[in-house]
Amino acid sequence: MTSFWTGWISFIVLGSIFGCAWLLWVTRKSQKFDTETEQTMGHSFDGIEEYDNPLPRWWLVLFMGTIVFGLGYLVVYPGLGSYKGLFGWTSANQWEAEVKKAEETYAPIFAKLAATPIEELAKDDNAMKIGQRLFANNCAVCHGSTAHGATGFPNLTDNDWLYGGSPEKIKETITGGRNGSAMRAWKDEIGEEGVKQVANYVRSLSNQEGVDEAMAAKGAEIFAANCFVCHGKDGKGSHDMGAPNLTDGIWLYGGTQAIVEATVRNGRGGVMPSFKDKLGEERIHLLAAYIYSLSHR
Amino acid sequence: MNHEVVEKNLGLMIPLIVIAISFGVLVEVVPLFFTKEVTTPVEGLKPLNALQLEGRDIYIREGCTVCHTQMVRPFRAETERYGHYSVAGESVYEHPFLWGSKRTGPDLARVGTKYSDAWHRAHLFNPREVVPESNMPAFPWLFTTKVDPSKTAAKLNALSKVGVPYTKEDIEGAAEMVEGKYEIEALVAYLQQLGTAIKR
Repeated sequence: MTSFWTGWISFIVLGSIFGCAWLLWVTRKSQKFDTETEQTMGHSFDGIEEYDNPLPRWWLVLFMGTIVFGLGYLVVYPGLGSYKGLFGWTSANQWEAEVKKAEETYAPIFAKLAATPIEELAKDDNAMKIGQRLFANNCAVCHGSTAHGATGFPNLTDNDWLYGGSPEKIKETITGGRNGSAMRAWKDEIGEEGVKQVANYVRSLSNQEGVDEAMAAKGAEIFAANCFVCHGKDGKGSHDMGAPNLTDGIWLYGGTQAIVEATVRNGRGGVMPSFKDKLGEERIHLLAAYIYSLSHR
Repeated sequence: MNHEVVEKNLGLMIPLIVIAISFGVLVEVVPLFFTKEVTTPVEGLKPLNALQLEGRDIYIREGCTVCHTQMVRPFRAETERYGHYSVAGESVYEHPFLWGSKRTGPDLARVGTKYSDAWHRAHLFNPREVVPESNMPAFPWLFTTKVDPSKTAAKLNALSKVGVPYTKEDIEGAAEMVEGKYEIEALVAYLQQLGTAIKR
């Protein structure tokens, strides 16, 4: 801030404060506090008049007190342009001090937790309490506060994994996110009839109700020619591709005929964001342990 | 000066009142217009593109700012949850700024890239679908209403008049960019860029 604006601010602020003090001084009329006068303000409305009494003492003292406080505040804190205040306080350095203090308290705890293998950490109740908080803050919005997921957002408690459920794989997923595993749309390739047949076949893999056997048999041929690349010949999926297991009756988007058809017809693409920069390695380790614990209790 | 002179003289009383109440603005607002730290954009700050700008207008229209702030304050509790605190240089191109003052829902200053597009769509269609505890209203009409491209170029032009660095190409291509887009696409595009100019 330039010295002009510092002068401008200081002049108006201090001018206002001293102006208030002056106004207070000249209007107190040098009367004693406990004297009541018969003198009125000189106006009368419907016969109502107003006495011209001095300010009550408590009010005057309070007002003077605020003036003194105000001046003191401006000495200690940066209120006058580029003047930094007695202790150089800024909101940014207060934040830094707060973070530093927290870091000193928590860093050893996190360092110790980060050195513990995930399988072991998952059995540590205290660690899992911290993990639960991290989960609530960062993951619950998509995966739900109970980690049971939602349509299009995987359930993390059922030990059924798109990209693998080993501690390393979970960490990898949180760190880098998961992207680009989009299932392509098949409607142009196999046609509407093909979509229906494949959907029947896919549903037959987990013995869903209402599967048309004849359609499913035709669907099996299409599956064997196309879908096996990601989902495998037996439909058990692939963690490397992020292709779901189609035989376990667990559905990310729903398993009704209409929904499976829509999935085949238009494709699907889920994105898991990367948390590397946001959380850092130690917290990701703890979070991975929490998620691991959800299906290994 | 006597009370009576002021009280019975509107022509005098009005200027005196204006002077009395202008001190706050003169001290707290006016100097900021001329302070470099506040008027310099942070490095890498880009103006909203046409689609994001239409999204911002939907954000305003639907009253998102009533329940969501866009201002991470410099407290650890906030930076742990939302990311780096907001700095003045991020809001240089905002007319109006949408900092808000009331949090019924979470702060959105750094929501960009935090969730996937699919999540935003599911959530805006019906928040309960992904967050069962949520009391946020659903916005299903965004999925069936298309953005009106007729005023987009004029909006960019107006903003460029107050210092947002849009190029001639930006303004000319504005209508084309939002043509045929659903409102949800514009809104998600807007949300996904929030707070991405500086690192978390």
